[in-house]
Amino acid sequence: MRNVAIIWKKEIDSYFVSPVAYLLLTMFGLIFGFFFWNAVSYFVIIGIESQMRGGGGPMSVNEYVIRPLLSNVSVVGLFFIPMITMRLFAEEKRTGTIELLATSPIRDIEVILGKWLAALTLYGCMLLFTALNFSFLFRYGNPDWKPLAVGYLGLLLQAGGLLAVGTLISTMTRNQIIAGAATFGVCLLLWVLEWVSGYETATWAVVLSYCSVITHFESFAKGVIDSKDLVFYVSLIFLGLFLTSRSMESLRWRA
Amino acid sequence: MITVEGLTKRYARHVAVNNISFSVEKGQIVGFLGPNGAGKTTTMRILTCFLPPTAGKATVAGFDVLEQPMEVKRRIGYLPETPPVYPEMEVAEYLRFVGKLKGLSGANLGHRVDEVSNRCAVADVKHKLIGKLSKGYRQRVGLAQAIIHNPDVLILDEPTAGLDPKQINETRDLIKSLAGDHTIILSTHILPEVEQTCEQVIIISQGRVVATDSVQNLQSGTRGAETIRVEVSGRDGSIEAGAVRQKLEQVAGVSRVVLRESSPQLAVLEVESLKGKVVRGDIARAVVQAGWNLNELHTAAHTLEEIFLQLTGAQPTLEAPASGEKQ
Repeated sequence: MRNVAIIWKKEIDSYFVSPVAYLLLTMFGLIFGFFFWNAVSYFVIIGIESQMRGGGGPMSVNEYVIRPLLSNVSVVGLFFIPMITMRLFAEEKRTGTIELLATSPIRDIEVILGKWLAALTLYGCMLLFTALNFSFLFRYGNPDWKPLAVGYLGLLLQAGGLLAVGTLISTMTRNQIIAGAATFGVCLLLWVLEWVSGYETATWAVVLSYCSVITHFESFAKGVIDSKDLVFYVSLIFLGLFLTSRSMESLRWRA
Repeated sequence: MITVEGLTKRYARHVAVNNISFSVEKGQIVGFLGPNGAGKTTTMRILTCFLPPTAGKATVAGFDVLEQPMEVKRRIGYLPETPPVYPEMEVAEYLRFVGKLKGLSGANLGHRVDEVSNRCAVADVKHKLIGKLSKGYRQRVGLAQAIIHNPDVLILDEPTAGLDPKQINETRDLIKSLAGDHTIILSTHILPEVEQTCEQVIIISQGRVVATDSVQNLQSGTRGAETIRVEVSGRDGSIEAGAVRQKLEQVAGVSRVVLRESSPQLAVLEVESLKGKVVRGDIARAVVQAGWNLNELHTAAHTLEEIFLQLTGAQPTLEAPASGEKQ
């Protein structure tokens, strides 16, 4: 555990000492701010219209604002995750510092966990921006906090899985651009896989759409913790980190 | 301290290290000498548990590199060919990070960071970013990180590559000062470095050990005999070189006399002794008794360069000091 913390701290420092973290946070803040502004404006217009027609009961902020925004974050996250993970191992391999880590009395898995947790922490910082926006809803409205909390849990789990995949890909190359591009491709593919379910119901289509990281987020966005989706994300995290440790091991045999 | 038996590292297309064996005693400085691509780095990477060997056995401080890598890693300090530094870190921050990785903590950690930065002369740049440092400083930071946990064994891969002559001397002195407490293996393709720094030398070529011996033995032992250079002049200003030669050939134990230079005033000769004979004293006496001046007499040791070329049977593949990168 101590070793994991050492690596985690080093990675966090290097994210925040370089412009990387600030750039990602700024871009994400801008994009999410725009989404938030849109969602709230739309909600207000719909609300006024429905009042003028004299119909309808009170509208749910959770359903009209928070849920679609959480889904947006889960998709936007796909674009940011490659930028968070691409340097994790590729950079160490390029500069040769991987030799320092590999010849220090620290296990591979501790290095991997430290780096992955640091990446997840940076993603968590990005989510803090969304919390800032959501806090206005609590100030001027009365949304239910529980579905929002479940939504955050879902986002962290989903990001955890994709970050593990990104970490894996980063161990495979010494070129950050390749790591980033490949991770982006995989993330995108894992998103669009569910499209097949729109026109096909055969087993292969069901399996394929099950593999999509986005479908599993829907229940979390609604504020429901579905064990099926929970298991999916946790398995993805484990699989990604396990394969990363295998990949690091194979580096030694091939290097 | 280090034993290597039948170590082999095979890659898909070539054999990098082929069945090498050697051992290093505690407290020694051993030079690992060979042309680029001879397998020095591969051997060092195996000793540091970075690479697993294909066959054979290597132990460091009694621990096997395959069976107990954690124990081995705790006891070695390793400076790879390019210092493993993070350019975005400050020197002190980096040394603290490495210290923690190696298991140091608390007051001891701060103490060690201060000590190694003084010892490696990087204390004055402690709060500078490593990325802004010159190559020489970066190399010394690399050395500082290798000794931060006071390891029993130091493995240094071309520690002076890319430094200027002054820095090379400083680095050599630093390495020499570390001997005794630490067992040191350093690799190089620069011959004078081994002569100046190391006690033992392991010459490796194309993945095989071609010689392991002390530097002195190698220098004197390869031809089994001494070569002595003698400069003689006449007492009255003129000298007959042929007479000197004749005189020296009569000295017991001398196998051959070669005239190198001669002028009416001066004769320079090279005298080769028979194997195992010490003839310097007799030569001096013979010259003086003949009434000549003995201006100079010294043993012309074989340079490691000659030995090296002889042993590796190679064309001179060695590069000049401070040559480029290899991979």
